[in-house]
Amino acid sequence: MNKTITAEAQIASNIVSAKISARKVNVFYGDTHAIKDVSIEILDRSVTAFIGPSGCGKSTFLRCLNRMNDTIDICRVEGTIELDGHDIYDASVDPVQLRARVGMVFQKPNPFPKSIYDNIAYGPKIHGLAQSKADLDGIVESALRRAALWEEVKDRLAAPGTGLSGGQQQRLCIARAIATAPEVLLMDEPCSALDPIATAQVEELIDELRKSYSVVIVTHSMQQAARVSQKTAFFHLGLMLEYDDTSKIFTNPDHEKTQAYITGRFG
Amino acid sequence: MIGYLFLVLLLAAAVGYVMNRATARAAIAGGSARFHSLAGFHGAYALLLTGLPAVLFVLLWLLLQGSVIDSIVIGSLPETEMAGLDAGRLSLIEAEIKSIARGNIFGTPEPWKLEAAERYNSLRSIASVALWVATLAIAAVGLYVARSRISPEFRARHRVEAITTWLMIACSVLAIFVTFGIVASLIYESIRFFDKVPITEFLFGLNWEPQIALREDQVAGAGAFGWVPVFLGTIVITTVALVVAVPIGLLSAIYLNEFASSRIRSISKPILEVLAGVPTVVYGFFAILVVAPAIRSAGAALGIDVAPNTALAAGGVMGIMLIPFISSFTDDALSAVPRALRDGSLALGATRGETVRKILFPAAIPGIVGGVLLAVSRAIGETMIVVMAAGLIATLTVNPLDSVTTVTVQIVTLLIGDSEFDNPKTLAAFALGLMLFIVTLALNLIALRFVRKYRELYD
Repeated sequence: MNKTITAEAQIASNIVSAKISARKVNVFYGDTHAIKDVSIEILDRSVTAFIGPSGCGKSTFLRCLNRMNDTIDICRVEGTIELDGHDIYDASVDPVQLRARVGMVFQKPNPFPKSIYDNIAYGPKIHGLAQSKADLDGIVESALRRAALWEEVKDRLAAPGTGLSGGQQQRLCIARAIATAPEVLLMDEPCSALDPIATAQVEELIDELRKSYSVVIVTHSMQQAARVSQKTAFFHLGLMLEYDDTSKIFTNPDHEKTQAYITGRFG
Repeated sequence: MIGYLFLVLLLAAAVGYVMNRATARAAIAGGSARFHSLAGFHGAYALLLTGLPAVLFVLLWLLLQGSVIDSIVIGSLPETEMAGLDAGRLSLIEAEIKSIARGNIFGTPEPWKLEAAERYNSLRSIASVALWVATLAIAAVGLYVARSRISPEFRARHRVEAITTWLMIACSVLAIFVTFGIVASLIYESIRFFDKVPITEFLFGLNWEPQIALREDQVAGAGAFGWVPVFLGTIVITTVALVVAVPIGLLSAIYLNEFASSRIRSISKPILEVLAGVPTVVYGFFAILVVAPAIRSAGAALGIDVAPNTALAAGGVMGIMLIPFISSFTDDALSAVPRALRDGSLALGATRGETVRKILFPAAIPGIVGGVLLAVSRAIGETMIVVMAAGLIATLTVNPLDSVTTVTVQIVTLLIGDSEFDNPKTLAAFALGLMLFIVTLALNLIALRFVRKYRELYD
């Protein structure tokens, strides 16, 4: 299994270029220094996993990538983060538009208390992606298909999204994020509230999404990181200690802390 | 006297607590057996057993003492004097005896009345001593029982909990009974009113002129008791109030909750709460001294005829009173929407405004509607502002620049002054009160429905 991942990772690293590059990023919550000097190149059309013990800052860093931290009053971000070579913290960038390009899926499924259809159509409507009702129907269907949910819900698109099972809700949220046609998909522990079967479905989906998007996933499950990602970054106490091919991190990490964490000696 | 008795009981209960706890503590420390309950529970058990039955006994005694003594005194009055007296005369004699007993003697009362007053006084002093003795005996028995129960097996912890549970049940039952009592008295008086005025005339009559002749020779209207114009006045004023309160309350709550920085929020929220603390009488001043003249002069400038007591002034000021009410309900409803929904919408590239409009507001609307309905029932029942600022004459109009009267204003004016309680004019107040109660009850029930529905929405 390791061999296939290595092969895949190599193929991936050959054809892809850096989608997001962050340099010397520091994040402060009031007086707390949450992220310290993190620099990272996130590749296009691949899955990058952030791992590390709780409170190490991986979710905080993830939320910097679509400026969701802006919604927190006391949060302050320093350094540069570039998406396709443009600084996303530049004054000319509208964070609202940025979030349409960098989609996000949260830890707990959070469907809106609306119908399944309206959940998906929400983003496209806001951004004016559909010219007609038929257009919108098409976007909804393709988003649901890509999220592998279409077959399960096609007969009840008018039913409330909150009535689905946990795994279906999470796939609905992924479909919702896909529907706005983002370039990057951020996932903050997308499977932590799901059972093993739903987790397997979502992981399969992530692997599928890699063909069109750059996916960044925060996870607490080492196995999950190993299964779905090509690159892995290890965070510890606000520092990014190591960033490399997933196969390398899980077989022969450079840093002893990484070694200790992936073998379960702390975390 | 009774105050001292309660003080002594409190003391006895405290002593029981300390004694039992000390005994139990010593037993737990010294004995080999494991106690089921901690010493504190044995103490609390003694406290409850010493205090509760005795207090209940005192309350029961006080409830019955008066009528028992009265009937003994009345029963012992000489047959010859009592023959052929009606109830009214009898209660007059009773009152006279009591006033003699208190030492207020007017003229020279008959000797049998003096004798009865003396008997009354002696019965009262006996009763007072008996009450003390009996109460203390009950407390002592309670304490004794509690002390004799201290043992490793005794489940004082559960007993204390059971007793407090019953205490709580008793309190809630009492509250419910009081509610029923209020409703029953309203219904009783209303039925008396409908004996004199047909219910159809009251419900469907379009005239409200309650000024009827109290004496044969008095000049007054014939009296008309149609509640429609009065209720219409209430509706007009309530509508004006809501037109003022709902948009302002709603938008200010949305701004404070979703857009304002925490600094602005921390300053403005307490100010809004001050608005909720202003007594309605002060709003009334504001309405007659500031708002009504302003509306009148504005009307004069525009060439519109404006009544001195407009529905607009009273309703507008009532609306200001309701702003904090609506904004706090909206605030609660918006805060109850999980943060995850907010984040989800923002992460899809929605602005804050779009998030509020399309996600938060629809999710919060049942709670907001519940708040608005409660505000409506407050506006309907509000009295002080309208008594001060609205008119007295019931006109059948929906023009807010006219003077209208409300149900509550009419209730107040009907009950002020000294008319008899078997007069339709006075009794009409109860019928109006009953209708008001029914309307606000219905609104509250609908509001509760809404709020309950909204709790089930997300999860």
